Amino acid sequence: MDNNATTQAAPEVVAAMLPFFGEYYGNPSSMHNFGGQVGAKVDAARVQVAQLLGASPEEIVFTSCGTESDNTALNSALASQPGKRHIVTTRVEHPAVLNTCQNLAAQGYEVTFLKVDRQGNLDLEAVAEAIREDTALVSVMWANNETGVIFPVPEIAEICAAKGVLFHTDAVQAVGKVPIDLAGSAISMLALSGHKLHAPKGIGVLYIRKGTPFVPFIKGGHQEHGRRAGTENVPYIIGMGKAAELARVRMDEENSKVKALRDRLEAGLLEIEATMVNGDPDRRLPNTSSVSFEYVEGESILLHLSSLGICASSGSACTSGSLEPSHVLRAMGVPFTAAHGSIRFSLSVYNTEADVDHVLEHMPGIIERLRAMSPFWATYQKTACKTPGYVEP
Amino acid sequence: MWEYTDKVKKYFTEPVNVGEIPDADGVGEVGSLACGDALKLTFKLDEQGRIADAKFQTFGCASAIASSSALTEMVKGMTLEEAEKLTNKDIAEFLGGLPKEKMHCSVMGEEALQAAIRNYKGLEPLPSAEGEVVCQCFGVTDKEIEKVALNNDLHTVEEITNFTKAGGGCGDCQEKIQEILDRLWNTAPQQPVEVTPPAAKKKKLTNIQKMKLIEETLEREVRPALKADGGDIELIDIDGDKVMVSLRGRCSSCAASQATLGQFVQSKLREFVSEDLEVEEVKP
Repeated sequence: MDNNATTQAAPEVVAAMLPFFGEYYGNPSSMHNFGGQVGAKVDAARVQVAQLLGASPEEIVFTSCGTESDNTALNSALASQPGKRHIVTTRVEHPAVLNTCQNLAAQGYEVTFLKVDRQGNLDLEAVAEAIREDTALVSVMWANNETGVIFPVPEIAEICAAKGVLFHTDAVQAVGKVPIDLAGSAISMLALSGHKLHAPKGIGVLYIRKGTPFVPFIKGGHQEHGRRAGTENVPYIIGMGKAAELARVRMDEENSKVKALRDRLEAGLLEIEATMVNGDPDRRLPNTSSVSFEYVEGESILLHLSSLGICASSGSACTSGSLEPSHVLRAMGVPFTAAHGSIRFSLSVYNTEADVDHVLEHMPGIIERLRAMSPFWATYQKTACKTPGYVEP
Repeated sequence: MWEYTDKVKKYFTEPVNVGEIPDADGVGEVGSLACGDALKLTFKLDEQGRIADAKFQTFGCASAIASSSALTEMVKGMTLEEAEKLTNKDIAEFLGGLPKEKMHCSVMGEEALQAAIRNYKGLEPLPSAEGEVVCQCFGVTDKEIEKVALNNDLHTVEEITNFTKAGGGCGDCQEKIQEILDRLWNTAPQQPVEVTPPAAKKKKLTNIQKMKLIEETLEREVRPALKADGGDIELIDIDGDKVMVSLRGRCSSCAASQATLGQFVQSKLREFVSEDLEVEEVKP
């Protein structure tokens, strides 16, 4: 139940990859037939990815991961427009973008970090207002990895295009769960990661719209049409292509199955007193649920779940070594009472009703046990407003 | 996931002495909801002045719960003089060690015990207020940093963060922590610094004290009145002197909600916490 962290590689993906560790080990850049046949398979995988994204194959660059794709997009936007030193992004980005932007800010670039509201939504007018003459890039994630909240990325891309500014989206959590048509959009660059959609770890993609000014991040040989040097990771590229094909064919069916499971899980968890779901209920990924159990701490919940064989993740500070809870929940103004006790469930097509039942069977007891030793729970019970008209936040 | 010893796991999964002694002789409360961990320790003395019973309530991670539970076991049978000498190192050692990033949980145990003993003796709480606040995010003073550094032989900013949380928020104070460490290990006497009771004069609140006081004031002075009218209030965030709250129930749709926030909520917070506080409403 932690599939926004990573997913199981699909059996079909693994099967597609295996020959490329053995029989077809040629270098796709070689001039001989042995390498050339591998090169043709790499190109076929490129087509599979392009089809999932509604893009042209030549707009697809294979990278090592989503983070590399994000870093490439940000650095390329600045390197290709040396007169522009301003970036617009949001406070709730994945660290691949957030930390990179903070690092760029430390180097003297200016970065505007846009706020989100209580439901995790962006204000489109605020995006437009943040863009300046010297803005090199606007970078906004497509779907949030913690809450699943989906941003109106095509609309933001239109705003940027109208102002002549490049737009990049970290679509790592959205690809395979949200229909994407890059040809019909104004998106300049898009990053995705293979292991979030049943390909293995170690493979990513950067989409670069034709005509977008571009400076490579990794320099060297002429691979990927000079846009990303380094011998291609062929088996993983093949796996990426297969995963993209599976996602395209199965997306609707999988989404409806996963959403039904997620909604059942959420409904059951919300029966526990003082529990809330974080994020816009209507603009959310079908698989993601960020649930806050007030007055208890997330790591304690996770450890109990783990002992039952249940994997989830938490926005609690204590799980990460960071001392402050999730930057996403804090940016949304989730109260202290809830931010520390947040648990993220992220389901995949491989989850079953039995998995959901297992969580629902044990979670009430875990929360009850932890609350029984929380110094704040007794206070809450004495003072909580239970009058008619009380609206859960 | 952290690597916990079997003893930490045991005290987390099967904690002993959970709860609160109703007629306790000593009560110590440290931490806050805002900071992510809090511990309430209560103890009862027997006729010989030894700790006959100790109980805890903890909001926090596995190591915070384990440290608290272990502490209650450790102090049982001790005289107050013996308990006063118990340090965070003793708690961590009792548990077979804690991940270095979690050592602040053992420090919280030591602080709660010291606070409970002070409470028994009728002394002022919050000894941590002594000294100059270095870390604004977690309200840690230079005296606390010196004490924990000397008692645990800490030489780096990272170690100080692991033990006190200082420097683990915005990070602005890290340079200052390094200066304290440089000064301490170059010139300071190699013995633990005793924390003395705070001076009688009114001190500036640390961030943690302020957060705690705001939470307490809302619970004690504000919520009961709003609830009486079918409403409620929720603390959303504290940013410097800005206190962000949301009104609930009937208060959220009340035409006089701005007056409630300004004339009631803000004035109560200014009365009981700080004159500088500004209340802002966050719409759900």
